[in-house]
Amino acid sequence: MAVDYAALKNGGFMRQKQKNHFSMRLKVVGGELEASQLAAIAGIAEKYGRGRVHLTARQGVEIPFIKLSDVERVKAELVSKGVFTGVCGPRVRTVTACQGSAVCPGGCIDTYALARSISERYFGRELPHKFKFGVTGCRNNCLKAEENDFGVKGVYFVSWSSAACSLCGVCVKACRQGAISLREDALIMDENLCNNCGRCVKACPAGAWKGEPGYLLSFGGLFGNRIAQGRQILPPLRDTETLFRAADAALDFFDEYGRPGERFLSAIERAGWDVFEKSVQAEVPRA
Amino acid sequence: MPDARMEPFRPDAVTDVTDVLCPLTFVRAVAALDELEEGQILEIRLNDGEAARNVPLSLKDEGHQVLRLTDNGDGTCSLLVRKLEN
Repeated sequence: MAVDYAALKNGGFMRQKQKNHFSMRLKVVGGELEASQLAAIAGIAEKYGRGRVHLTARQGVEIPFIKLSDVERVKAELVSKGVFTGVCGPRVRTVTACQGSAVCPGGCIDTYALARSISERYFGRELPHKFKFGVTGCRNNCLKAEENDFGVKGVYFVSWSSAACSLCGVCVKACRQGAISLREDALIMDENLCNNCGRCVKACPAGAWKGEPGYLLSFGGLFGNRIAQGRQILPPLRDTETLFRAADAALDFFDEYGRPGERFLSAIERAGWDVFEKSVQAEVPRA
Repeated sequence: MPDARMEPFRPDAVTDVTDVLCPLTFVRAVAALDELEEGQILEIRLNDGEAARNVPLSLKDEGHQVLRLTDNGDGTCSLLVRKLEN
């Protein structure tokens, strides 16, 4: 029987060095799985693999040692239990995320919701080469946004109300940028130092600091053969609608300029960052 | 006229967490608050830096009322917190 390796790879089956064995990559969004999905995965690993799974570097799960002859059966069994296979090859990969504002006290944005939206819109889309999205909830950057082709980092647009402020001094210490100082009857904020981390809002016991979620994007990150930090070419965005316009523009640019087998950053560099910036900025209204 | 917001708070108890690191700073602060009645005020002496940045936020998230954080100028800060039941 001729093996269609390309079809296997689409379905997230990674050839192992052991003949006729595959490591099955599963679909995980934002690093979140239901306990029932974990139970199904455990069952498959016991039944068809060697009773083990591998947790990948990008929040994925793989079940190694699946026999080629079992592939279709395993796939069907997993789907019946709400578990889907991942992808490999030149397409949009697993969308990663930290726990964000749904769970983490530091989170400025709902990373799970955003990761799911990104995944629904782009997961598996074919492109000149692999393409990775990562969503991190705040400046602490637990999810390492800038190592992705397209990174999202949650921030806050902050504002202070004198009337509600108790001048307690908590925000002065909470701010890592040293942007806030306390006078006898007022706070002074140096907006040039503010990096929108939102810690003043999180820490304020009086509700005097208010924050609106924002999205800081980075483009062209790599963390493989070549290592490069994704670049910020836009100010923080105020809504996900604009974020998706920027993402659409970035992927369309990659489709248009990327050569087969070339990563996003290389395509940007060959076309010129100025050309790329123009094509994305055209989709984003000026603040 | 003096600003009413700057009225002094009188602590009912004092605890020092400058000899421990996160997360024990928070744990010890919560343990000290446990000893108080609702409405009473705890003064917590903590190190400047990580503890001063994070402990006030954590106690706020626990539902207590953070009143004031003062830099003592010696590498420590004093945090005043009113115990609230949730």
